[in-house]
Amino acid sequence: MKILVPLKRVADPDNANKVKIPAAGDKIETTGLEWKPNPFDEYALEAALRLTENGQTPKVRAGEVVVVTFGPKETEQTLRAALATGADRAIRIDTTDDKLDGDLVARALAALIEKEKPDVVVMGKQAVDGDSNQVGQILAELLDWPMATFAATIKEEAGALVVSREVDGGVATMRVKLPAIVTVDLRIVAPTSVYSTKTAATFKYNDGVRFAALPAIMAAKKKLLVEIKLADLAADQALKVEYKAFQAPPARKAGIKVKDVTELVTRLKNEAKVL
Amino acid sequence: MMSFTPLYETAEHAQLRAQVRRFASAEIAPHATAWEEANEFPRELYAKAAAGGMAGIGYPEEIGGAGGDLSFVIAAGEELVLAGRSVGVAAGLGSHRIALPPIITFGTPEQKRRFLPPVLSGDKIAALAITEPGGGSDVASLQTRAVRDGDVFVVNGSKTFITSGCRADFVTTAVRTGGPGRGGVSLLIIERGTPGFTVSKKLAKMGWWASDTAELAFEDCRVPAANLIGEENSGFVPIMVNFAVERLLLAGNCVAIAELAYRESVTYAQERRAFGKPIMGFQVLRHKLADMVTRLAAARALTSEVVQRVVRGEQVPGLAAMAKNTATDMCSFVCDQAVQIHGGNGYMREYLVERLYRDARLYPIGGGTREIMNEIISKTEGY
Ligand SMILES: Cc1cc2nc3c(=O)[nH]c(=O)nc-3n(C[C@H](O)[C@H](O)[C@H](O)COP(=O)(O)OP(=O)(O)OC[C@H]3O[C@@H](n4cnc5c(N)ncnc54)[C@H](O)[C@@H]3O)c2cc1C
Repeated sequence: MKILVPLKRVADPDNANKVKIPAAGDKIETTGLEWKPNPFDEYALEAALRLTENGQTPKVRAGEVVVVTFGPKETEQTLRAALATGADRAIRIDTTDDKLDGDLVARALAALIEKEKPDVVVMGKQAVDGDSNQVGQILAELLDWPMATFAATIKEEAGALVVSREVDGGVATMRVKLPAIVTVDLRIVAPTSVYSTKTAATFKYNDGVRFAALPAIMAAKKKLLVEIKLADLAADQALKVEYKAFQAPPARKAGIKVKDVTELVTRLKNEAKVL
Repeated sequence: MMSFTPLYETAEHAQLRAQVRRFASAEIAPHATAWEEANEFPRELYAKAAAGGMAGIGYPEEIGGAGGDLSFVIAAGEELVLAGRSVGVAAGLGSHRIALPPIITFGTPEQKRRFLPPVLSGDKIAALAITEPGGGSDVASLQTRAVRDGDVFVVNGSKTFITSGCRADFVTTAVRTGGPGRGGVSLLIIERGTPGFTVSKKLAKMGWWASDTAELAFEDCRVPAANLIGEENSGFVPIMVNFAVERLLLAGNCVAIAELAYRESVTYAQERRAFGKPIMGFQVLRHKLADMVTRLAAARALTSEVVQRVVRGEQVPGLAAMAKNTATDMCSFVCDQAVQIHGGNGYMREYLVERLYRDARLYPIGGGTREIMNEIISKTEGY
């Protein structure tokens, strides 16, 4: 199975207070930010790796995982980290974040998919910076592929994936024929969430995203990483989403201590007005 | 806040740092206080650290290690302390860093096969025992005797202050096989369960609480001669070579501890108010922090300079001793100032800097005292 995993770097969510908005409010200041891979994309990569191995011997690959990102040269760090984690090769589409919206990303990915012909695109359900939650869905529409969003578990069958997604009040299970788009939720990295046809049903993964050991980090330097110009994938680079203004969330006020439950209830009623 | 990594670090160092940070924030930081207070961390953490790729860093791949030179070990060690927030856990997890090198460099193929892989996979714990109740600085005068009897050595004596000694599966032990002085010293691997080898005491310490520290006793303990590392009576040089690297690891530890104490202090100074403003508003306090970070930068620069020389293959015992003294002095100073900035809270166990202050006190003693470092520097300077 060949899987394409799009990755995006985002400002470190643990250091969200470093995100600054200039007085003009026309953009987000990105200089000086610490970057991390979007957590949902890391989960997608983990799921893709699990689908292309047997669990027991992860070094034996049973498929190919190609990672792709959109960004300037320094976003190759994100790709190298993914290669160290186990992805087989990487593609960087040269551009900058401010020239992108979900629609253009999806159109460029669709063009890339025409060339790469993966069996599945496994991607994060959304990026934690913009929280747009659009690319997977637009991409499925453009390609006219089946899609399963917010996947909590994936089980590979011949020519299809059985995907379960948590919905209000229960779990919906669907079977998507390949090729397909799957967007993943955080449960996908639980120990028994993903099974390839090669993985024993009794196998349990470690919880979470796997660690890249130093030899893999070193070996990742030698894996193939190619650059593609955005223009080669999307002739029309017009954006459909226009950002009008940015505003920082109001600073959190200091909390208060209440002396008993009665006071708590009174305050919740009269001040917070939530009761 | 400025916090720089050595110039020689590559993108691969950065990636390794990110991995260690993720491991330590998930597996150590949430338990740091509990494990420090319990004077122990779970044994399973060794296996977890190995599975996370931490244990093998700096060891050759042929013996089951992850490769990488000393600069990777130092980078990983720094992140382990910064993100894990327990110096004791880092010390305990790291005891193999001083116990294994003599086996790697001077051990037989059979010793390497038996003793290295289980430690690198986190299944076994290794410790190094040089220091004795009678003294640690004067290694050449150690008293523990090993007398050859056919194909065993009969060991009598005791060792003290041994990091991870309570739980160690084997101890790389310095013994006297020959006459007095450095020419009579050998290294023996003594395994747990060998009759006559007991842990006589778990020691209560000022700091490094999460790391166990033992007193070990050997009474007619019969150790197979096959466990002798290198030639008989040639143990002194491996011990000294080992020390030079240990000193850089300890200097790296000090840089990490001080960085942590400094960061805690900056945050505290921004939040704590006095006389109607955050205490950061007082110039005296800002200048305290400025002094702290300046000395931190200097110690970091010297340590990374010496690490780089070791990576290049230079023998630099004098510089390693200078780096250790610079870093330990700096760390004691920074942790002391950090407690001061925290006021009464700095004296309270709830605050991290209280613990770091106690942890910091070890460094001018362990791995060769400040005074012994100056002896080494005097010798290498030729006076
Ligand atoms: C928490 C902890 C963990 C440790 N872990 C280990 C371990 O894993 N393995 C191990 O083998 N050891 C370990 N040690 C022991 C450590 O290496 C020794 O404590 C250290 O080498 C000093 O030896 P000593 O305590 O016997 O002090 P002594 O040698 O008795 O020294 C006492 C004082 O005299 C000074 N002094 C001695 N000689 C001279 C001199 N020539 N000139 C000037 N001053 C001198 C010393 O600097 C010191 O101030 C550990 C110690 C501690 C506290």
